[in-house]
Amino acid sequence: MSGNLITPETFLTKKFGIDSHSMEKAMSDFLSRKIDYADLYFEYNIRESLSLEEGIVKTASKNISHGVGVRANAGDKTGYAYSEDISLDKIKLAAKTASFIATGDCKSTVVPLSNIIKPKSNLYPVETYPTDIPLEAKIRLLDKIDKIARSYDSRIKNVLSNFTSEYKIILIATSEGLVIGDVQPLCRLNITCIAEESGNRQVGSYGGGGRVEFSYFFEENRFVLYTRKAARQSITNLEAVNTPAGTMDVVLAPGWPGILLHEAIGHGLEADFNRKGTSAFTGMLDKKVASELCTVVDDGTIPQRRGSINIDDEGAETQRTVLIENGILKGYLQDRLNAKLMNMPLTGNGRRESYAHSPLPRMTNTFMLPGNTAPQDIIRSVRRGLYAVAFGGGQVDITNGKFVFSTSEAYLIEDGKVTTPVRGATLIGNGPDILKRVSMVGNDMELDAGVGTCGKDGQSVPVGVGIPTVKIDGITVGGTI
Amino acid sequence: MDISIEKAQELLEKAKKKGATEGDIIIVEGKSSSVQVRFSTIDKITDSNYKTLGLRLFFGKRSAVTSTSDLSPESLEKLIADTSSIARLTSPDDFGGLPLPQYGMKSKELDIYDEYFPQVSLEDMLSLSREAEAAAFKYDKRVTNSEGGYSNKRATRIIYANTNNSYGTYETSIFTVSVTPIATTNGCMQRDNWYSTKRRFSKLDNPVEIGEEAAKRTVRRLGAKKIHTQQAPVVFDPETASSLLGNLCMALSGYSIYKGASFLVGMLNKQISTPAVTIYDDGTMPWGIGSKPFDAEGITTRKTTVVERGILTSYLLDSYSARKLNLTTTGNASRSPGDPPVAAPTNFYLSPGNYSPSEIIKTVESGLYVTELIGFGYNPVTGDYSRGVSGVWIENGELTYPVEEITIAGNLKDMLLQIEMVGNDLDFRQKICSPTIKISRITIAGH
Repeated sequence: MSGNLITPETFLTKKFGIDSHSMEKAMSDFLSRKIDYADLYFEYNIRESLSLEEGIVKTASKNISHGVGVRANAGDKTGYAYSEDISLDKIKLAAKTASFIATGDCKSTVVPLSNIIKPKSNLYPVETYPTDIPLEAKIRLLDKIDKIARSYDSRIKNVLSNFTSEYKIILIATSEGLVIGDVQPLCRLNITCIAEESGNRQVGSYGGGGRVEFSYFFEENRFVLYTRKAARQSITNLEAVNTPAGTMDVVLAPGWPGILLHEAIGHGLEADFNRKGTSAFTGMLDKKVASELCTVVDDGTIPQRRGSINIDDEGAETQRTVLIENGILKGYLQDRLNAKLMNMPLTGNGRRESYAHSPLPRMTNTFMLPGNTAPQDIIRSVRRGLYAVAFGGGQVDITNGKFVFSTSEAYLIEDGKVTTPVRGATLIGNGPDILKRVSMVGNDMELDAGVGTCGKDGQSVPVGVGIPTVKIDGITVGGTI
Repeated sequence: MDISIEKAQELLEKAKKKGATEGDIIIVEGKSSSVQVRFSTIDKITDSNYKTLGLRLFFGKRSAVTSTSDLSPESLEKLIADTSSIARLTSPDDFGGLPLPQYGMKSKELDIYDEYFPQVSLEDMLSLSREAEAAAFKYDKRVTNSEGGYSNKRATRIIYANTNNSYGTYETSIFTVSVTPIATTNGCMQRDNWYSTKRRFSKLDNPVEIGEEAAKRTVRRLGAKKIHTQQAPVVFDPETASSLLGNLCMALSGYSIYKGASFLVGMLNKQISTPAVTIYDDGTMPWGIGSKPFDAEGITTRKTTVVERGILTSYLLDSYSARKLNLTTTGNASRSPGDPPVAAPTNFYLSPGNYSPSEIIKTVESGLYVTELIGFGYNPVTGDYSRGVSGVWIENGELTYPVEEITIAGNLKDMLLQIEMVGNDLDFRQKICSPTIKISRITIAGH
């Protein structure tokens, strides 16, 4: 694999034979139209995926994509065009479409493209990119996983495992003179076990990853733990009984259940919805939206995390943004356009899936800070309720605030004790209300293992979530009995 | 490189010289543009061109798939080398390989491309978006805000060639207009949406009607209440019934079946639903949104009866999953260029019944009319189903007040066996379509 031969600095000249002078000329032609701001987003991406199933490597794939996205802003209008062809002609054509929206004052600037800067810090220094690790090593890992899962319990009938790695170079040039590049590695290991016992078929899944080296999965025996968790979940679910329906107290386990914050709170605090007045959180800044036990942050600067980035996809530095402090709503997640229109500071949350998408305010790693209570005491306080350990996906209606998320591993709590596993059920609530019902916060905050992907407007970006053990008084559980 | 069938065949020849025993190439080339307005002014305009080439090579029973958007000769040369070296490391799979030549393509013309496509301008789309949004605002004064009026056009060209001398190309067009209004009452906001998607520009619904329907659906949700936990009959409108059919598709995929990852394993030729239910998958419908002359392995598409009067008569299969199950492909191979094929529906629909939607609602003394489902609470392995719902409460056969923040839950296996009535209001609005349906009893969770 040759991905590491290209860097943001050599990206344009080496790969596409475009010299910085002609690019500067194209950009200044573009800018002589009546627009306020413009940027070019170049991307080169290698993605590799290996899947093992029925004990053999079923599929192996490698995908290379590259292209350029051209954006123009005039007032609150956006023009966006992209092409997979990185040539001057195509960029000029794209610029013409993007500036269809031009109405602002006429100005002309020359953007120096030769002076590419690096992000101030590197959150993911990697010696060997996972895409450069020989396939044989990855196949050996999946083979081991298959054996570990199958030997866990004879009721496990099929094991599906997948290792995906990505190597992404971005280069951003803006009409404000910023030219910045980043190299963003990402990998993820996923294991799904299917267990069967007298016609009852159940599934268990686990996985993890981040912006890490391949060796990460061997440190602290991670791949073995992931596999055992997936296997255990499939076996546990064989015993699952029907979930009760109705309103009850729910205790969330630490880590991945932080998806609650992502759906219930996070999306509603993205600046675009609040500027347009379409979020259930519109106009609630400095108001109480949660119990005083709750402090929620979005932090794109945690080393190696799946949701972390050195710079966002508009070239802005990422940061730690306090969203809710002791129950009070403190801030929104901004991209450039919305920050400018709302006259608020940037937060480094302007993200996009690829060059084929224009940036939107998006989350990075969103989590709740730990409280003081021991997790055992929280469970002990519930007479009848649900203990939710793992979740599938979630979704929110930004405008009325209603959100759902679905359990993939959950148990009944009876008289302060975790008892029988229950079948998957959807939990439904109202964003501006749900955190007011948080009555206990554990001292055991955990971030998820690194598998989250968030969708918005048809764009997927990697994200992280986290939460300590938390008790919510009265949430509607979509059970069947 | 200019994209053509001949170039694809040349590349496959090169790969064979490097030792590949079989292979295929799929090229997806497209252009798309869209205009979004808010309060009648432009919010966002997009324009794009894209192409990707996917290469799948077999070395005996080993295989690999690669893709690239760089179609320069050097890049494609390297792609063949990469694919070969990856494939040699994978495991031999006795069921792998191209479809046998006798299943290959018979040339067939299908109406799926509108020759008028190039003439549809950004200005045309701008006025469609504006008219649709303006109609929503005009319909009801409680419509106070908007996520926008939107229109989009997209044309895609597919080229396919394999080493069994199956090859072909086709072009499709698609146009969409949609509106997402926001209505307010007593400080509470609701949003809903309506749209029209067609392969022919001239067949798009009138933008004013789209806007009015969007507004109607939005204001209908104002003042929604939560209800008590109970069991009741549930009527799904065509949009939400289509979502249930989509869930069924996942469990019908040959891949889910052979992996043991579906509640429909072993159910072929058995009763899975009521006699009111007949389901087809038809890739050959003229102007159908899921229509195509051949699938992603070059197999001519067809009309398959999937469920006949409640009996499961076919899974959705490509050649690999068919071989695994000792069956024959149904022409449902679908793939993005960089991935191996999967089995996916073409135009998948529940055949209409005899009842109008109001006749169905009239049969419900006390129950739920579902207009929106949210979340991913469906497990195709077990059929367990639990999702968030918005809708309207039915009392004595009439729609009454809106409801929200409730869930419906059950098991899809049981729900299929409880489809009591099927409406006569089938409209091919998307790939997966259903008329209104009534399920006799579902658990609703609320207070």
